[in-house]
Amino acid sequence: MISPRAEGSIGHIELRLPSKAEWVGVARLAVAGIASRLNFSIEDIEDLKLAVAEACTNCIQHASESDEVRIACEVHPAKLVVTVEDRGKGFDARGVAPRTLGEPKVGGLGVFLIRTLMDDVSYEVNPQTGTRLTMTKHLRK
Amino acid sequence: MDITVDVREVPGKDGVRVVDLNGEIDVYTSPRVKETITDLIDQGHYDLIINLENVRYIDSTGLGVLIGGLKRVREHSGTVNLVCTNPQIKKIFDITGLVKIFGIYDSEPSASAAL
Repeated sequence: MISPRAEGSIGHIELRLPSKAEWVGVARLAVAGIASRLNFSIEDIEDLKLAVAEACTNCIQHASESDEVRIACEVHPAKLVVTVEDRGKGFDARGVAPRTLGEPKVGGLGVFLIRTLMDDVSYEVNPQTGTRLTMTKHLRK
Repeated sequence: MDITVDVREVPGKDGVRVVDLNGEIDVYTSPRVKETITDLIDQGHYDLIINLENVRYIDSTGLGVLIGGLKRVREHSGTVNLVCTNPQIKKIFDITGLVKIFGIYDSEPSASAAL
C-alpha cells in the first residue's frame, strides 16, 4: 500500500493504471506533466519519464499476478519523490549485477537506467505485498 | 504514443535496408519494431540502417530490440548502424555504453557510407 503523505510534502498525486503495456505511456506523460508544473528542466523531465516508464515496465513484466500498477508522486519544495509499486511477486532489482560496458546484453538495462537517471533509488521487495520502487529527483536551481 | 515503421532500399547499396521509425519506442510499441527487424534478417538482409531521426522517446525495451537485432546480424557478419540526432536519445545510448557497440551517425548518408 502506498504510504500516506510524507513529511515535508506539499502535494500528493496518485495514479492507478492497468498492468498493461499500453498504459505505460500514460504514466510517463502524467509524471512529465507534474515535473513540468514544478519547473524541472526539460532534460530532468526526460530522465523522470524514462525512469518511471522503466519502473512500470518492470512491474508489468515481472508481476504477472498484479492487475494494476500504482504510481504516487510526492511533491516537495525542492524534489519529486515517485513511488511505483505492484502487488505481484515482484522483481528483485537488488540482484541485478552492474553492467559491463561494451558487451551487447539485452537484460538489466531498465534498472541500470533508473539508477543512473534518478538521484536516489530504493527497493522494497515483499513476496506477500509486492515490490515498491521509490525514486527521487532533486530540483536543480 | 505510437510508432510507424517503414522499410526501404538504399540506391547503390545492394541488400542494405533502412528502417524508418517515427514516434515512441517503448514496451508497447517495441514488438512492432522487433517484428520488422526480425523479418528483414530472416529475408537475408544483414546490413541495416535504423533511422531514429523521428523517434522522440526510447526505453530499455527499444534498446533491447536494437541489441537483439545487432547480435543476430553479427552472426552473419552484418551490422546495424543508427541515425540519431535527438540529444536525449543520444544521451541514453551514451550512458548505457551502447555508443561503443553501435555505429551512431548524424545522417543517413554517413550511416550508409560506413557499411
